[in-house]
Amino acid sequence: MADRQYELVYILPPDVTDQQVTELHEQLEAVVSRMSGQIERMENWGRRKLAYEIGHHKEGVYVLEVINGTGELMKELDRRLRVMDQVIRHLVVRVDEEKKVVDRTRTKRQTESERRRVKRGLPPVRQPGEGRRAGDADESDDDRFDAGEV
Amino acid sequence: MAFGEGRGGGRGRGDKKTGDKAQGQRRTLFRRRKVCKFCADKIDDINYKDVKLLGPFVPERGKILPRRISGTCAMHQRKLQTAIKRARQLALIPYVTD
Repeated sequence: MADRQYELVYILPPDVTDQQVTELHEQLEAVVSRMSGQIERMENWGRRKLAYEIGHHKEGVYVLEVINGTGELMKELDRRLRVMDQVIRHLVVRVDEEKKVVDRTRTKRQTESERRRVKRGLPPVRQPGEGRRAGDADESDDDRFDAGEV
Repeated sequence: MAFGEGRGGGRGRGDKKTGDKAQGQRRTLFRRRKVCKFCADKIDDINYKDVKLLGPFVPERGKILPRRISGTCAMHQRKLQTAIKRARQLALIPYVTD
């Protein structure tokens, strides 16, 4: 069975040093590699304001890790993160299946539009300066619905 | 019985053809047709990390904007719902704000 892909986001207190972040990352990496998984990428979002207070924290350092591995591995990681007191919040989400669906719909839409364009005698890819201008869509975004009116 | 011309009020575009009264007046309150933002903009992936995308669907109070107001289609509202709930767990979006 192919490995599953998970996203792990955890929040650390705002006063952690970069060194502590990398230390924790290495700790997690050790667990991941021990259970024959791998970390695909790691992203540090830096300090962000929390939408609500967790404990007595108002800010936090967000770290995202994309991990390929088994469910067992994630269970173990989840358990460990729960125990660590420097992690104030974490979330594990499985992403591989949704990703597959998204990719499929995207390619399907693209091939479909190419097919239609060729049928109409146009080149398969939209040319610059064709159709609506790029800015148009963005401007009409916000007033498409009025939140105030119930 | 003929009501005065003024009674219908200057709402919408119903003013010109007051001939078919009563039946016409209420109908012509013009509502813009709602469109699912995600279908229209072809956004496939509603991700919990994308706070900018989710923002407009979480008004002031912190509740999820109902479909009848935003016009989001059922499929995308479901995806939006899970994304917002995940974002809430990570304190990217508030649960409630008073």
